[in-house]
Amino acid sequence: MHFLTSNAPFIAPQNSIQKMMLWVLIALAPGIITMIWQFGYGVLFNIIICVSTAVAAEALMLYLRGRHIAPFLSDLSAVVTALLLALALPTLAPWWIPFIGAFIAIVIAKHLYGGLGYNPFNPAMVAFAVLMVSFPKSMTVWMLPNDLLPSGTSFTDIFSIIIGSTSNNELADAMTAATPLDDMKTRLSLNQTTDEIQSASIFGSLAGQGWQWVSIAYLLGGVVLLFKKIISWHIPAGLLSGLFVISALFYLFEPGVTPSPTFHLLGGGAMLGAFFIATDPVTAATTLKGRFIYGALIGVLTYIIRTWGGYPEGIAFAVILINMAVPLIDHYTQPRVYGHK
Amino acid sequence: MKLWRFNGGLPSLAEHKNESVNLPIECSNVPSKLVYPLRQHIGNAATPLVTVGDKVLRGQKIADAQGLISAPIHAGSSGVVTSLEDHLIPHPSGFSAPSITIETDGLDTEITHTPCDDFRRLSVAKLVALIREAGIVGLGGAAFPTAIKLDNQSKARHIETLILNGAECEPYISCDDRLLKERAERVLQGVEILLHMLGAKQAIIAIEDNVPDTFKSIQSALANNANRAITAVQIPTIYPTGGEKQLIKTLTGKEVPSGNIPADIGIVSINVGTVHAIQQAVIDGKPLTSRIITVTGEGVNTPHNLEVRIGTPISTLIEVCSGYTHAAERLIMGGPMMGFALLNDEIPVVKATNCILVASKHEAVTEKLAMPCIRCGLCASACPANLLPQQLYWFSRSEQFEKAENLNLFDCIECGCCDVVCPSHIPLVQHFRYAKSALKVQNHEKHLSDIARERFEAREARIAKDKAERAERSRKKKAALKGKPAKEEIDAAISRSKAKKQTNTESKS
Repeated sequence: MHFLTSNAPFIAPQNSIQKMMLWVLIALAPGIITMIWQFGYGVLFNIIICVSTAVAAEALMLYLRGRHIAPFLSDLSAVVTALLLALALPTLAPWWIPFIGAFIAIVIAKHLYGGLGYNPFNPAMVAFAVLMVSFPKSMTVWMLPNDLLPSGTSFTDIFSIIIGSTSNNELADAMTAATPLDDMKTRLSLNQTTDEIQSASIFGSLAGQGWQWVSIAYLLGGVVLLFKKIISWHIPAGLLSGLFVISALFYLFEPGVTPSPTFHLLGGGAMLGAFFIATDPVTAATTLKGRFIYGALIGVLTYIIRTWGGYPEGIAFAVILINMAVPLIDHYTQPRVYGHK
Repeated sequence: MKLWRFNGGLPSLAEHKNESVNLPIECSNVPSKLVYPLRQHIGNAATPLVTVGDKVLRGQKIADAQGLISAPIHAGSSGVVTSLEDHLIPHPSGFSAPSITIETDGLDTEITHTPCDDFRRLSVAKLVALIREAGIVGLGGAAFPTAIKLDNQSKARHIETLILNGAECEPYISCDDRLLKERAERVLQGVEILLHMLGAKQAIIAIEDNVPDTFKSIQSALANNANRAITAVQIPTIYPTGGEKQLIKTLTGKEVPSGNIPADIGIVSINVGTVHAIQQAVIDGKPLTSRIITVTGEGVNTPHNLEVRIGTPISTLIEVCSGYTHAAERLIMGGPMMGFALLNDEIPVVKATNCILVASKHEAVTEKLAMPCIRCGLCASACPANLLPQQLYWFSRSEQFEKAENLNLFDCIECGCCDVVCPSHIPLVQHFRYAKSALKVQNHEKHLSDIARERFEAREARIAKDKAERAERSRKKKAALKGKPAKEEIDAAISRSKAKKQTNTESKS
């Protein structure tokens, strides 16, 4: 009897990109739910616009590049990129912000660099940085946490602000506020002390009303990813410890005019960055030692940008800059091969 | 006993031992035809000692070792040699190679063997020769001539530890397991022969913890054995713990230095099936003509553990297993991780064949669409050699083979762990095999061109030297001539010849 041949191993693969991406999406759920609970439905508009734009752009680019559309579209990588961007964008941003962002992420940062697996920079963060640099005003319209919103704010109000159909600028102003990171930065520059600054209502009990709970929800999702072995602990541990150590040092030496490590870890995008953004395998370091170093460098650079840079949040720029260092990090952190010294 | 952990591996690989692990070893019938490829071991092909029409007996040597790294081949049953031509051999590329074909006569007449009562009276050199003559090679799958491993006298090596590899880490295979369960005494006697030969202090029999019954049977056999140097150890079931390097790491914490052999760090590791063959050869005087093979998978009706004459066509084994099922999709020799698919079942089993896996569609993947590498690093986490498969893949694919070599491509044991964990379903091992063979060709060509260049340079140097010597000689001559004025010299010569002429004419007249 005759048989066809193929090559070993014959065992079916245990894993797929789709499965990994699906777990990332699942792990993002607690964060998204907390976001809606704390900041209302604005984030949903971002998600819908980002995901639909990204999926359409992905399909278009796959078609133009003559690739298989179905397997690449169903790997869910575009959805994950879109979702990460959507969660990083201000909740009351006009509709064209997520639209342009998702387009840049998929078309420029991903496909023009060769598509899945070949892009050197994190697509969501490239899009975020481009938006931040190009549309600084629209990138600051964060909605107030629900607890602090003027009473009677309705879903239609949010919708009308996002699609820009309202002329009620007072309403929009009443609904938005600087993020705790932003506010902290501005007021520190006005020589206020951290105690004075944090007595304001937007700072909440830990590190920012609303923000702290969203951060904890991302942390929870991150633990799921660690548990499911979708990510290794090295990048989040590196990033969070890098950020913690440098912020603790300055906090110890200059208390009163320096925000606490808790504020740095929970007050902004550190948790989202540590577990979901910096862990993007394509753009991160690949060796275990290298991943810790990569994470730690992002943590430190985030602190530097937040403290002395021109932007209140530094995760996006830190990730992009350290993406550049990945080949170098990988080169110098190769593991010792069995039987070698 | 303290155990160590090698990097990665696949702790949760489906073992598929239940299909065959409880089936006792049965003897397969003698087929009408036995086929012996002349190269079924690492090294040189054996040289045939028979011609077409010769009658042979069971146990008769039909091909002899050629050179040091080679092994003789013995007939598995009595009959007549019918062909010395090419026959399909078990090879991933479906090659044919010179083989001896014997038509059996059904009598199964055996040559007379000379058993040995006390192997301790035999010298080590004599035992090595005996094992070499018996045609014994590594039966775990590598098929390296065993006598070379054991010939320790000529080398200045000191063997501390003998490791008996009973860690059958590949899914589906249970032949070594059954052997240890049913013939523990024989294996232990084989271990004693090896301890005697190597002068090792201790022997460790390694068994995976997924077969506790086997461990128990070895332990009860050990309880009846006076030799305290032999111990049995249960090791965690993590594929590929049965790989020689991984097993050595697990048991001793030592690593075999890259490019060296275990003996360099005082260790010899031998598969338990090979030990059984050694016992048969030394004590009973029987050469290697049969081995135990697991025939399993959803593609056969009744899986079996069979004692099979080497040379038996696979089709005969399938008959013993009541034929193929409708699910039969792939015919695999060896396990599903490191085995290879065969073209047809007329191919004979060879010394290295430990398993015939007739896999169904869902037991053996046939098509998988490879996506781009997303650099997730799962391959590196799974690599038991601690390599960076994804970097090796990058360089292999872009044909930057030297870079892959610098990243220690040749330390890859092709276990397939990276392949199985890859979320992009990239056939990594296949890329590495390709890169390795390309590098081998490249290095061979470089070696040839180096020789050619040396020869050319030597010739150039020789010509240059000749030329220089000639130039030197003529220069010296000229210099000597310059020493005297030329005119004077010529005048002197002329006058000399004139004088001579004159004397000549004078004497004539």
